[in-house]
Amino acid sequence: MAIRVQREDFDLGAELKALTDGRHDIGGLASFVGLVRDMAPVEGERQEISAMTLEHYPGMTEKMLEEIEAEAHDRWPLEATLIVHRYGRMEPGEQIVLVAAASAHRDAAFEACRFLIDWLKTKAPFWKLEDLKHGEAKWVEARDSDDAAAARWSRKPDDAAE
Amino acid sequence: MKLLYFAWLKTKTGCAEEEVALPESVTTVAELVAWLKERSPGHAAALQDEKAIRIAVNQSYAKPGDRVGDGDEVALFPPVTGG
Repeated sequence: MAIRVQREDFDLGAELKALTDGRHDIGGLASFVGLVRDMAPVEGERQEISAMTLEHYPGMTEKMLEEIEAEAHDRWPLEATLIVHRYGRMEPGEQIVLVAAASAHRDAAFEACRFLIDWLKTKAPFWKLEDLKHGEAKWVEARDSDDAAAARWSRKPDDAAE
Repeated sequence: MKLLYFAWLKTKTGCAEEEVALPESVTTVAELVAWLKERSPGHAAALQDEKAIRIAVNQSYAKPGDRVGDGDEVALFPPVTGG
């Protein structure tokens, strides 16, 4: 189990290789990488993005990521998990986040990977500020579809969307 | 009490962090928000739409009825948008 919050980029191949290196109990590894897009809906219109800045709440971020990871281990028989989330300024095409889950079999790996990113998106205290091409900067608004995605994993009425 | 503001709450209140001494009448999260609205026009604007605000007490999500005290760290922020 590992979580990291960092400004610098990560090497996707090296991260995944390190997670399973020398582990002969792992039969499947599922991963998800979130990237910065160059277009985004802003106030109902598609607009070009020149950069994005991620702000976070140091301390609570790590605490929430650890809780989300522990919850995944509680629900599935996982052999290894990893969450790496960046903060600071990023340009289109850059990697923002990596979540990975490894298990003896693929079902647990796939499901836990999806759970990790769905819960992270509604619980981990990060906020995106988008720099629009024409100069303005806008805070990204939370999306109902993210709440709905998290709610699929909910076991209590109020634990999906904080 | 240590207060932290993030994203547009920081912009609207004009501060990222402040120390406040609570009056005795403030004992819950809801009472804290009502009291903070009186601090400045910026605070009033930032806290106007309470449905758009999430609150964490000592780095855990809190509900309006949860208790708060002088030793707590309370953060106010919009719904999160990471990932």
